[in-house]
Amino acid sequence: MSNITENAPILQVTDLYVAYGPILALHGISLEVHKGELVSICGVNGAGKSTVLKAIAGVLKPRSGSIRFKGKDVTGWKPEQLHKHGMALVPEGREIFPSLTVEENLRLGAFGRYQARRFAEDLEDFFTLFPILKERYHQAGGLLSGGEQQMLAIARGLISHPDLLMMDEPSLGLSPNRVDQIFELIMELKSRGITILLVEQNAQRALEIADRAYLFSNGRVEYAGRPQDMAGKVDITSVYLGGQKGGDVE
Amino acid sequence: MNAQIFFEFAINVLSMGSLYALIALGLVFVFGICKLINFAYGEFITVGAYVLYFLGVFTSLPWPLVFLIGILSSVAVGYLSELVAFRPFRGRSLDALLVTSFAVSVILQRLFQLGISPRSKAVPVPAFFNMNIELFGLTTPLRNLLIIAITVVLLLILTVIMKYTVLGVAMRGASENFVTARLMGVPANLVISVAFIISGFLAGVVAIFWTARTGSAEPLMGMSPLLIGFIAVVIGGMHSLPGAVVGGYVYALIANILSLTLPTSLLSFRDAVMFAIVIAFLVLKPEGLLRGNYQEERVG
Repeated sequence: MSNITENAPILQVTDLYVAYGPILALHGISLEVHKGELVSICGVNGAGKSTVLKAIAGVLKPRSGSIRFKGKDVTGWKPEQLHKHGMALVPEGREIFPSLTVEENLRLGAFGRYQARRFAEDLEDFFTLFPILKERYHQAGGLLSGGEQQMLAIARGLISHPDLLMMDEPSLGLSPNRVDQIFELIMELKSRGITILLVEQNAQRALEIADRAYLFSNGRVEYAGRPQDMAGKVDITSVYLGGQKGGDVE
Repeated sequence: MNAQIFFEFAINVLSMGSLYALIALGLVFVFGICKLINFAYGEFITVGAYVLYFLGVFTSLPWPLVFLIGILSSVAVGYLSELVAFRPFRGRSLDALLVTSFAVSVILQRLFQLGISPRSKAVPVPAFFNMNIELFGLTTPLRNLLIIAITVVLLLILTVIMKYTVLGVAMRGASENFVTARLMGVPANLVISVAFIISGFLAGVVAIFWTARTGSAEPLMGMSPLLIGFIAVVIGGMHSLPGAVVGGYVYALIANILSLTLPTSLLSFRDAVMFAIVIAFLVLKPEGLLRGNYQEERVG
């Protein structure tokens, strides 16, 4: 589309309402992500963080409101269409295909935008980013540890060369070491210019690396702006309530 | 047990088991993707059987072409039933889909009764199917060996497709986690259509060998293969394709052992014993012999 200008956000969500049956989960969320940005969404459990990602990715149908992506109105699009259009979601809980090998998981990640030549090149790159995937290339995804599965889930999202990479709680349930690894990886992806929308319960870490941040509360945007300004403007304890550092076990 | 009885037993188990394995596989392909127990699957077989009847009686087409058209019509009814009946209810509850499959089944049965005949029609069988073959000192009709060979070939082809093609990997992924597969760009309509097409294809092959055994096509003929498929699937496991195949062969093994060992006076209770075994499976090993990886996730 020709109406993408330099300043137009790559993703623009306007006044989004999403309900689970009769229960409204999002009460008019608006947010935007610009090309090359790392935007974090923080908030306690149940604030609607995952819901907004699922709605953007097409898994949940919004009740009202609009989603524009790369200059197109994509409200109501199917997940597979959005993937083809350049969106990738690394889902909460990793959602690795357990009986598929690491290789097959990655091939499936490229399904909508598959190019054999690029896949081979990408693998070389991925093996330096995620050495563990090379070791485990022919193993079933279900046999990987939680941290390894998260690496695989991120690689599976990256392999389609998305214009927007969304990550839902990538550090959830991982050991502190693994959490460090995941955040280093996110920094590396950011430095490569990949546009990232990150949902994290680990608010402190997520705010450290974000260009901009949104604080969600009860399905509404409580605060939007630069993460370093956030402390002065809102009751920061509400952010940290949802963000115990690290996880319990791996 | 002397050698001849053993070979006869083995051929019976393998030929019956091959047919049952194909039946069960057709059910599980759709169940794996849609989590739908498709009660209309039996009618996919019936449609194939009627086409064999019409072509065999009213045309003089060569047999390979008759079989091909028969299979294609089962494929068509599988594909179309998904498009017309199941797709509009996609995303509704599984109960709604289940009732829909009952409806498709009953509507097709009534169509056969009203449009063709409530009574059975004799389906011509090619002579070479019943040609007796000498093997290990016993004679067996060629169709028994054919079904074994064809099943082996089909299983090999399906294995290659599911293991080594992008579409096959997508189907396996979608059967484990449908939403995530869509997030990877796997179109829901594509994998579901393919599942119904494969299911219809298997039903078409089953129709050929089923009518070769019974010699007839009738409106309600789909019920027995459907029941066989269910039992095989209960034994083998609903969530894995190899499980369906194993279930088909194990069913045939148990059925043949019962036929051999039950005293004549009890032989009419063979099915009752079979169902008792199925109930035992449901109670003791509800996941079947092969568990599969459905919704199984390692924690941590």
